[in-house]
Amino acid sequence: MNIYPDLFLTFAKVGVMTFGGGYAMLPILQREVVENKGWATEEELTDYFAIGQCTPGIIAVNTATFIGQKNKGVPGGIIATLGLVFPSLVIISMLAGVITQFSHLAWVNHAFGGIRVCVCILILNAITKLYKKSVIDIPTTLIFFLVFGLSAWLSCSPVWFVLAAAAAGIVLKNVGVKK
Amino acid sequence: MLFLRLFYEFFKTGLFAVGGGMATIPFLYNMADSTGWFTRIDVDNMIAVGESTPGPIGVNMATYVGYITGMNEGGLPFALLGAVVATLGLITPSIIVILIIASFLKSFRDNRYVESAFYGLRPASTGLIAAAGLSVAVTNLFYTESEAFNAVITKWSDIFDPAVVNWKGWALAAVLWVLTNKVKQTKKLHPIIFILGSAVVGIVLAM
Repeated sequence: MNIYPDLFLTFAKVGVMTFGGGYAMLPILQREVVENKGWATEEELTDYFAIGQCTPGIIAVNTATFIGQKNKGVPGGIIATLGLVFPSLVIISMLAGVITQFSHLAWVNHAFGGIRVCVCILILNAITKLYKKSVIDIPTTLIFFLVFGLSAWLSCSPVWFVLAAAAAGIVLKNVGVKK
Repeated sequence: MLFLRLFYEFFKTGLFAVGGGMATIPFLYNMADSTGWFTRIDVDNMIAVGESTPGPIGVNMATYVGYITGMNEGGLPFALLGAVVATLGLITPSIIVILIIASFLKSFRDNRYVESAFYGLRPASTGLIAAAGLSVAVTNLFYTESEAFNAVITKWSDIFDPAVVNWKGWALAAVLWVLTNKVKQTKKLHPIIFILGSAVVGIVLAM
């Protein structure tokens, strides 16, 4: 298939299968974009999420733009992003008239009660995969647990963690190493 | 002009809401107060809509706001156009900022310092996702809005109280974990199959 329709359709598929925020998209991206299409690696996904969390806009959109751009430049980034939002446009516009009643129906709430539990497990599995790729030695283990603990405990902006971790990476890899 | 204003308001939201769909909520409250397009109660409905339809929550909320604002102004054609304009407004700043960062990254990918920055960044990113995942898990596996949950903060012996713990949720989570990690026949299945299956379980067990 031509790459542009492929980008659009793949991200439309990701959009329609995402239930929740950008994090819920992660397991679907691993399956569709990393495993099926090979458009990005697990490491790159981690990078995009790191950047997407501290740049403007919602994480799901930021990640789609990144992957599209990586594969097909500026038009690729735009087309992947439009693909991602397309199902929302169609579904919400079709349901809009009845949607507030819809979202208060008991069986809809029960279905989403089940879906949210499933999303937790899928995110857990996704994190396990990322952990294996990103936590590779003692310094990275320390960074992981420090950031995890501090950001679960304090409600401060992810920007600070990202900046501090990038600085730590530069220091750890370059100070005291003779090449 | 309604559509320009819609685009502008959502452009602003997309530009200043850092950190995911839920970060757009304060902007929506603000928009309700400053434009009068909808009320604060509508925003709570939008959150429910965004959560109970497929697609990223932030995008769903923007589409829905655009739709109802257009509908109030000029019927269905305005509603459809409003949905498109609000959504495009929300994603435009992301696209611009990310395209700039991505092209910068492309040229510096092999730079030693950029590479070593990512060495530190990756475990941090995983840590941030894990912390977000943990808070999602806590809100879904415990009844965090119940009085009993808040009482647990002072009385930890109630932590296993069925008014506090979503036992059905834990049971489903345990089954799903085993199916996605341990059972050879099911662990390679597409995630959407588990999502749809869980929706059915949710309805049957009234979760």
